Amino acid sequence: MPVLKADFAACQGYANCVDAAPTVYDIDDDGIVVLLRETITDEERPRIEEAARSCPVSALTIEDE
Amino acid sequence: MSRTVVVIGSSIGGVRTAQALRSEGFDGRVVLVGEESAMPYDKPPLSKQVLAGQWTPDRTELLSAEAAQRERIELRLGVAATRLDIAAKQVHLADGTRIDYDNAVIATGASARPSPWRPGSGVHVVRSLDDSLALRADLLRDGPVVVVGGGFIGAEAAATARGLGHEVTVVDPMPTPIGRVVGPEIGQYFTELHHRHGVTTRFGTGVEGIEGTAGDLRVRLTDGTELAAATVVVGIGAVPNDEWLADSGLPIENGVMCDEFCRALDAHDVFAIGDVARWYHPGHREYVRVEHWTNAVEQGVCAAHNIARPDDLRSYRPVEYVWSDQYDWKVQIVGRPTRGTRHEVVGGLTGVKPRAAVLYTDEDGHLLGVVTVNWPKALVQCRRLVTDHASFDEALERVTTLDASSPPRPPRPAVPAAPEALPAAPAAGGDHG
Repeated sequence: MPVLKADFAACQGYANCVDAAPTVYDIDDDGIVVLLRETITDEERPRIEEAARSCPVSALTIEDE
Repeated sequence: MSRTVVVIGSSIGGVRTAQALRSEGFDGRVVLVGEESAMPYDKPPLSKQVLAGQWTPDRTELLSAEAAQRERIELRLGVAATRLDIAAKQVHLADGTRIDYDNAVIATGASARPSPWRPGSGVHVVRSLDDSLALRADLLRDGPVVVVGGGFIGAEAAATARGLGHEVTVVDPMPTPIGRVVGPEIGQYFTELHHRHGVTTRFGTGVEGIEGTAGDLRVRLTDGTELAAATVVVGIGAVPNDEWLADSGLPIENGVMCDEFCRALDAHDVFAIGDVARWYHPGHREYVRVEHWTNAVEQGVCAAHNIARPDDLRSYRPVEYVWSDQYDWKVQIVGRPTRGTRHEVVGGLTGVKPRAAVLYTDEDGHLLGVVTVNWPKALVQCRRLVTDHASFDEALERVTTLDASSPPRPPRPAVPAAPEALPAAPAAGGDHG
């Protein structure tokens, strides 16, 4: 099952991920990304992949585990 | 039979389009053509981390050779596209080869508007990696820096040069240059931001001429005064890279004219995305061209979807979004603030690391756009509110509630201060051309 990963130190709060995939990404009061889920389904992967690639500092990845 | 998509342009828009074609299930051949021979790289760090020397250029890489291979993206780098033959459905390359396509995606971006002033040496623009490295080489020398253009790229370059310890002056004929984006009243706070960090502004004054050579330049202003400079940075906008399409038969008007599905008018197998595209925005009911990083990515995804799924065409109607990190301000702008007739500020815009959201409305009482400073959480909420066509009163109430529920805390700096950087002036950056 695909697993969501985030580089919290790299995150700059640009928030494109939250806009593109609000069901899996959010942002906290300090402007740092919050992962709302640990895993996603293969079916929703393309949409989440595109959201992850909209991060200007490449802080988001999806891994197979 | 397998289809071929040729993507022309290897910056953020082109790379993300090629990748999105795979995410959208396109199984044919994907060719990515790029004029520069370097592996595809990202541009926002070129006016901050790379220019400041905090990052080596390899950290800006957008697509590795391994990733390209994994996603079956054929790279044709170091060779410019010279012509698009829409009748024969071929892209002509500078080395004489021609690539047949079923769909072409034009993603050639924009170039820095060239400096009209050409002294012997020492005048720079910031757009490509080579531009950034050449400017950095000159900034390693002592001496004052004059930045011509007080827009985002000028402000970013000024903040970075200041961070490297230079005396910096920003010149712009507009009285409040950022006012073009946020309105003159809020624009004043951006001018004060420069001053707080020890940068001089000469706004409302134009440049008459620049003479001399690198290390010994004289910038003559329209008010008769003269500024001495070791290095000059010119940031006066960008022009779309559409000249190679002049004889293609595609309609070109300051960008490639496209319909709401990102398809070129009169040539529906050709798409254009990013800085080079002028498309019909069905929400705004007008043709627009947008030079923002996020737009290049989102438009690339939309074009990729429409190529992979022609039975399920999606119209492209984004809410504009752009960011800029200047000094200790993380500025985020959503929607079209300058279309507003009045605004309200929640929070404050003065002092060290302030936190604020400025909401803009029109006579009809709609929320048209928002500028946030050091407040990503409010940005997220406002981006949704603009997308949902919320009323100004509702938006104002929500942001005011958010302000009360989460007391301001100093955010982390956008860029860790370099050892050589002045504490008061960390490097700036953004996603503007």
